Amino acid sequence: MLSYFSQHLLSFSVWTPILSGIAVLFTANDHKPNGTRWLALAGGILAFLVAIPLYTQFNFADGGFQFQEGFSWIPAFNINYHLGVDGIAIPLILLTSFTTVIVIISAWEVIEKRVAQYMACFLIMSGLMVGVFCALDAILYYVFWEAMLIPLFLAIGIWGGPNRVYATIKFFLYTLLGSLLMLVAFIYLYLKTGSFELMDYYRLPLPLTAQVLIFLAFFVAFAVKVPMWPVHTWLPDAHVEAPTGGSVVLAAIALKLGGYSFLRFAMPIAPDAAHYLSGFMITLSLIAIVYIALVALAQKDMKKLIAYSSISHMGFVTLGFFIFNNLGLEGAVVQMVSHGFISAAMFLCVGVLYDRVHSRQIEAYGGVANTMPVFAAFAVFFAMANSGLPATSGFVGEFMVILGAIQANFWYAFLASTTLIFGAAYTLWMIKRVFYGEIANANVAALKDLNKREFLILATLALLVLALGVYPQPLTDMTNASVTQLLSLLAQSKLPVGL
Amino acid sequence: MENIRYDLITAMPELFIVCMAMFILLADLFLKASNRIYIYGLSQATLLAAAYLTFSNHAPSVSYAFTDAFVDDAMSDVLKLMIYLGTSLIFVYSRQYLQLRNMFRGEFYALVLFSVVGMMIMVSGQNMLTLYMGLELLSLSLYALVALDRDNTRATEAAMKYFVLGALASGMLLYGMSMIYGMTGSLNIADINHALMGETKNHAVLILGLVFIVSGLAFKLGAVPFQMWVPDVYEGSPTAVTLLISSVPKLAAFAFVIRLLVQALPTLAVDWQQMLMIMAVLSIVVGNITAIAQTNLKRMLAYSTISHIGFILYGLMSASINGFVYAMFYVVSYVLMTLAGFGIILLLSRKGFEAENLEDLKGLNQRSPWVAFLMMIVMFSMAGVPPTLGFYAKFSVLQAALQAGYLWLVVFAVLMAVVGAFYYLRVIKLMYFDEPADLKPIDAPLDMRIILSVNALALLVIGLMPQSLMELCIYAVTRSLS
Repeated sequence: MLSYFSQHLLSFSVWTPILSGIAVLFTANDHKPNGTRWLALAGGILAFLVAIPLYTQFNFADGGFQFQEGFSWIPAFNINYHLGVDGIAIPLILLTSFTTVIVIISAWEVIEKRVAQYMACFLIMSGLMVGVFCALDAILYYVFWEAMLIPLFLAIGIWGGPNRVYATIKFFLYTLLGSLLMLVAFIYLYLKTGSFELMDYYRLPLPLTAQVLIFLAFFVAFAVKVPMWPVHTWLPDAHVEAPTGGSVVLAAIALKLGGYSFLRFAMPIAPDAAHYLSGFMITLSLIAIVYIALVALAQKDMKKLIAYSSISHMGFVTLGFFIFNNLGLEGAVVQMVSHGFISAAMFLCVGVLYDRVHSRQIEAYGGVANTMPVFAAFAVFFAMANSGLPATSGFVGEFMVILGAIQANFWYAFLASTTLIFGAAYTLWMIKRVFYGEIANANVAALKDLNKREFLILATLALLVLALGVYPQPLTDMTNASVTQLLSLLAQSKLPVGL
Repeated sequence: MENIRYDLITAMPELFIVCMAMFILLADLFLKASNRIYIYGLSQATLLAAAYLTFSNHAPSVSYAFTDAFVDDAMSDVLKLMIYLGTSLIFVYSRQYLQLRNMFRGEFYALVLFSVVGMMIMVSGQNMLTLYMGLELLSLSLYALVALDRDNTRATEAAMKYFVLGALASGMLLYGMSMIYGMTGSLNIADINHALMGETKNHAVLILGLVFIVSGLAFKLGAVPFQMWVPDVYEGSPTAVTLLISSVPKLAAFAFVIRLLVQALPTLAVDWQQMLMIMAVLSIVVGNITAIAQTNLKRMLAYSTISHIGFILYGLMSASINGFVYAMFYVVSYVLMTLAGFGIILLLSRKGFEAENLEDLKGLNQRSPWVAFLMMIVMFSMAGVPPTLGFYAKFSVLQAALQAGYLWLVVFAVLMAVVGAFYYLRVIKLMYFDEPADLKPIDAPLDMRIILSVNALALLVIGLMPQSLMELCIYAVTRSLS
């Protein structure tokens, strides 16, 4: 039994949350929702525990895919159920399972209607996202990638804000458009290699035109998800309308799916195109970093502001990818994990205020620190982390990417560094307007400070942000070998010899 | 003598259903209204027995009967079994609907069984005349079924339109066939193919004939630019009849196309590929874009059907064994999806109330989470979102088209699929995000609920494990066409 478990660790990580989500669905009873909540929490924690051996049993020296398992799924198309992870995927899998637990706790009393469906949505989504991170077969990956849209679509549409229908349909169609082009690329690769195995794609020599087309098809799919400028417009809408849990999952994990997929698919399958188009990608990343930061400065809605800040921070991730050096790439991975914690925490903070006052407008607040001192301390801490204060995890990733960028080109680094100023400006200005000054109105005066549940989640996240900021070694150790291997893969040209 | 016996055995299922349909028509005269349920039982039993006959007669080899006018091969057997299954589901889904609207009569069952025989002959026809007879038997039964509710003016209008346009299409088909006959001197599929090989014939006449045949086929399939009857007939017919028109006849139409274009006229493949290509692209565009503007659920599904036909044509226009296999897979998936979709519409209808507007689905998740969930599966499957069956259907035909070199057409189809996703999502939006307008509980017989659930869940289950259905299609097509 135990050996079966350890041989199918990844399957357990994928299917535990999905099955517990389905189980939760059957306890639907809005009059007595507590049983549902506890069952969901148990399922979420179990899923997290199941994923932990991935870290403890990981071989840090090996940069290849570990914990591989699989069987033939649809022989007619040579599609396999093939799972495996490397050092880049594992932190993201752990982040996903962990965030799901946070989301379940954060929804505890807040979600009152259709509790079972809400919890089930997020549990199933969590399993599907873990599936995206560990699928090594293109179609299996695609199925997970697309299937996770369904629960997120429902979560935003059912429990979201007033303009939720517009936001969720926009979100769905945007992502669907990108992923269908990716599907065409997969079919093309299948016709070339006769398989959907990622490994076969890595080895397939391709002329530059084909590589560029494939890369662009992937680019549309992943850039929408990351999101990169100029296909980012769905994200602020989705964030504003999503319930807190939806925002947390979107920011902490869904965006990482795009970043991760660049590393796993677009770049190694079409390395020459990646080099060829790197100037383009870097330009888009820098525009995201600088321009979107300026856009964030002008926002009046807190969630929108954090959404734009997310886009700007994800610009660092894509910048780190396309400068093709160790420091940049590793920094980008650290940035992904760190942004997962920080953005989750920021959205939870907005959620705390929204649950009490039912407004996300900055101008509806003022002087919150007077009535909610503990909460204000957390909020200021996360705001600092978001603007990249040293000793928080936000600093580590950005600093590594900037160092990597200097190696590539001074001006890249220069432009990227401006975010340290802009980031601080928009985050701290928001904090100032919301938390400091006189108590603005009766709503603020009536605020109650954090309850135990809220304190627990924010404190956990704060500890993680601090830990990762002071001692990022465990994370970088884990990714190191995989990043090195990926870079060596990217350095080899795949252009057919003799042409 | 031995020959006739052999012929009769080969066509046993068809003969059996014809006899039973006539028996049902007669028996209905002597039954009191309260005992009509026996007619229903008898019809189901007929399908079951026919399935047994087809299954027990099945051999992987190809056998001909009635001087080669009738064929029994793997494809015909598989498709016939599917037709029985689909028709049986139609009987289950429509029973209560018919009872509540005073249409629960022997004619309905006899006509449906006659249309089934028509489809079976289309599936097994190996001679242009046989094929044509099958098509007419099917069409005439359907015209009568559409008008079954005599006092309903909308249905009568739909029947009229269906009949006039259908007759026109039949005429075109016959005209095309006559030209092919003139050029080859035979109506037999294999002989036509043989005659066209080798020596060059008068190409222009052949193409003219081909154009008429393809137009006729397109009419029957409902492909653009011959689609105008589809939405009106879907909307005007009683939903139980729409359920029939939209589903199983497509299986027969698929076989019809295979027999006429692939088996009889493979030498003209380059020409009909281009025609199918234009129709495929137009169908996807018109179907998906027009569907957005619909407020009537049945009309919306009609346009959705047109776009699905476009995707099926993508498989057929690839003109490869793979393409035909995937087109068949798509047709079967489409039939399963449509049955479940219209089944749910029937489930939501009550006495004096037709659930046919999109608005009627509002807040379904609060009225019945289970039915809403089933409808969601159907919609995602039609939109082609994994892990549902519809995804593999689209995936495989696009793969065949890409293999045939139509890269940009595939990209185009994919873009149109995104447009299509919009109106399927709107249905989900109505069910899940809106507040219900009426809170009457859903009243439906248990057997219908169970079978409908199995039908809709099958879209998910086969979507997770599509291998067996795919193997069945590979078996059917490769055994019959190689």
